[in-house]
Amino acid sequence: MEIPYTTTARPDTGLYNAKLGIWLFLASEVMLFGGLFSAYVLLRVGAPEGFWPHGWLSVTLGTVNTLILALSAITTLLAWVACKVGDFRKFKMFHAFTLLLALTFLCVKSYEYHDKWIHYEIHLKDGRIADGHLEEQDDQTVTILGRIIPGDQEQLLYDLRSQKNIPKDEIKLDRSNILKMENYGPRHNTFTAIYFTMTGLHALHILGGCVVIGFLWGPGTRMWKTDHERFTNRIEISGLFWHFVDLVWIFLFPVLYLT
Amino acid sequence: MENTVKQFPPFREAPAHADHGHDHDAHHDHGHDHAGHEEHHEPGWMSKYIFSTDHKVIGIQYGLMSLLFMLFGFGLMILMRWQIANPAKPVPFLGPLLEKMLGQVASHGVISPELYNSFGAMHGTIMVFLGVVPLAFAAFGNYVVPLMIGAPDMTFPRINMASFHAFFLGGLVMLVSFFIPGGAAQAGWTSYSPLATTIPTNGQAFWLVGMVLLITSSLLGAVNFIATIIQLRAPGMTWMRLPFFVWAQFVTAFILLLAFPPLEAAGLLQLMDNVAHTSFFLPTGLAVGGRLADISGGGSPLLWQHLFWFLGHPEVYVLILPAMGIVCEVIVNNTRKPVYGYKSLVYSALFVGFLSFIVWAHHMYMTGMGQKIATFFQATTMIISIPSVIILTCLFISLWGGSIRFNTPMLFALAFLPMFGIGGLTGLPLGLAPADLYLHDTYYIIAHFHYVVAPGTIFGLFAGVYYWYPKITGRFMNEFWGRVHFACSFVFMNIVFMPMFLQGIKGMLRRMSDGAANYSAARVPGAIDTLPDNIIHLNHFILWAAVALGVAQIPFIINVFWSISHGEKVTSDNPWHATTLEWQTPTPPPHGNFTVEPQIARGPYEYSVPGAPTDFTPQNDPADKKATVAH
Repeated sequence: MEIPYTTTARPDTGLYNAKLGIWLFLASEVMLFGGLFSAYVLLRVGAPEGFWPHGWLSVTLGTVNTLILALSAITTLLAWVACKVGDFRKFKMFHAFTLLLALTFLCVKSYEYHDKWIHYEIHLKDGRIADGHLEEQDDQTVTILGRIIPGDQEQLLYDLRSQKNIPKDEIKLDRSNILKMENYGPRHNTFTAIYFTMTGLHALHILGGCVVIGFLWGPGTRMWKTDHERFTNRIEISGLFWHFVDLVWIFLFPVLYLT
Repeated sequence: MENTVKQFPPFREAPAHADHGHDHDAHHDHGHDHAGHEEHHEPGWMSKYIFSTDHKVIGIQYGLMSLLFMLFGFGLMILMRWQIANPAKPVPFLGPLLEKMLGQVASHGVISPELYNSFGAMHGTIMVFLGVVPLAFAAFGNYVVPLMIGAPDMTFPRINMASFHAFFLGGLVMLVSFFIPGGAAQAGWTSYSPLATTIPTNGQAFWLVGMVLLITSSLLGAVNFIATIIQLRAPGMTWMRLPFFVWAQFVTAFILLLAFPPLEAAGLLQLMDNVAHTSFFLPTGLAVGGRLADISGGGSPLLWQHLFWFLGHPEVYVLILPAMGIVCEVIVNNTRKPVYGYKSLVYSALFVGFLSFIVWAHHMYMTGMGQKIATFFQATTMIISIPSVIILTCLFISLWGGSIRFNTPMLFALAFLPMFGIGGLTGLPLGLAPADLYLHDTYYIIAHFHYVVAPGTIFGLFAGVYYWYPKITGRFMNEFWGRVHFACSFVFMNIVFMPMFLQGIKGMLRRMSDGAANYSAARVPGAIDTLPDNIIHLNHFILWAAVALGVAQIPFIINVFWSISHGEKVTSDNPWHATTLEWQTPTPPPHGNFTVEPQIARGPYEYSVPGAPTDFTPQNDPADKKATVAH
């Protein structure tokens, strides 16, 4: 038994099975991320005036990552073209670039995560708030690189865009003076929560794409010789997924970094 | 005709020979290849029954699993009904077992309020996500849809297998959660936040992980169904020649594809709330047990409800559409005449599918989301009843003037119509905010949606089991016991759910583990608006009717297994004299389904065509008989 239209297009729909399948899958993905984006909208609209963070994320790193993904979209396309014209070496080269770029993206992302993870907001017993990156800590003291602000000006922590040259001093705090200490992890507020969740889910998609493209680049190339057309289709399908993942980032970047 | 069929080379077995398929030598070689091929690939037990990629085996896997889950969910319900009728009294027979298995929450065999809540949440979850949807969509859809459209299998057989395995794992996670410390999820099948996060049990996290697996399963299934229906229709099977069951499954698949992901998103966020202590659905100033919770706050409980019901309402149509499809097939087959208003049925199903995405907030009139929003959703809710009524009316009118065969599947299909009608019509007051404010969260709504799903959908599913059983096994189910099963189910189902309307109208709230005893006139004499004794006493009545309903399923269970080996054998591949393609295959259909690629020449319901030799003309009967004879 053989299932029809696995490689050739059905005349009246103009599609082979997997291509229709991936588009349906992507439609479902749109709804998944759509749900998360609407959650973002509701949380942001519901945040109290002045307490939605601005400028917490590095626009430079965000831009770098955007360019990396845009470039990987191009190499994915070129890899598919190389398949179409039957140039094996070029295919290998372009998809090697795709994989490298994807891994670079993940490295930059993990650096950004780490940066938030070691960033602490420390409420002191005298009402002031210390905020900055953790340098070192022991049983008695905590040292951060950052600033201390009065307790009634907490809003300063939220709108970083309007402040120029935020001081970064080495501040040593006695643990006995600390009321509460919390890093900028997901539980810090709804912004970090949605930031980690959405970019985390996106990173998982990148990782999934890496596995698939890595397979097609490595052991999967056996099919190049046995069933070249089907292999080209596979590259096209995984490429469509990859473009979708890029597209999600194109939405995530302005929503999280630029506003 | 069946003899001619067997002379052709097996359908699409070897495309290389396709060009000279009529050449005698090639034909011979091919047959030889085929035999060798099968010998070489004799599948082992594991790959035949556990890791099978055959849509029919997967359909049966889904069917058996979901029937088991339904039985389990029903068992939970019986335990709950016992607790409602006899609050804080030990459960007879099962009490010691419960205590042994679940420990503290069932001490002395009494169902504690926490355990009652777990049972309630899991009854809903299991019945909807592990019982009815997998049976209606995955089991029947998998078995029947490829056959009906003349396809050799689903488009992605391995993804199909993965879909079942994800479903199995999801079910396992749900079941395991009963035995963790704190027990299974307790926040209802709707899992409203912040309740779902503040209850001290990890059961909710298990529930969410289970749901993510189940959603993955249905996503894979939905992609497969849509792709199969679009890509693998046999030559001549145009859209308007598809049986209505296929249309119903097609719309259902789209609903699953597009409505489930937002719940997955919501599930991820709630999982973050429960595990990473974020505050997506937790408002500022949330107090738990009199203390301010250690959370950042700033979240929105309403957000959960929006995301949940964005799935939740389309889900209702996932439950009902496949059953409507089955009922349509059975009714048309047994009235021996074409369905009334085929195009109306199709367009109504499509319209229902579309509208189901914009009615969700009628579950949320009580949340204070605002009158303008409520007005919009009232309007759409009233509109969506129109296509549902069109479908029901078409099926009713189809009966007109037919010479009806009253066999077991037909009895269930006929019962579906008024039962679903009651469920649908009692839903109208709930769709209007003023009436809903009073009826919300009472037993009225329990009665309403159970009328839609239990005597509605499940009767449709029973009809499907009795109807397609001969195709799956080659034997009929026992007709006498089928009728006993039907009569008892019909009577007791109504005795269970009809009194609940009364209880609800009198103001008895759902989700109370003491069966509203606290609000009874007996407990607080003299207070106004208490529940009269006769309303409370209905709980006993319902309990024993529910037990009787359970007993009524025993003939069915025995019938299913007994008939595999002892049922009356079918004498042809088409015992019901049906027109649709699933009956034009060998019985049971082999791997690859059709012995010859079917060529479809006509619509799905050509019954009693004037001048035709029989009162049914199968879809693949050649349009021009003379041409076949010459061939």
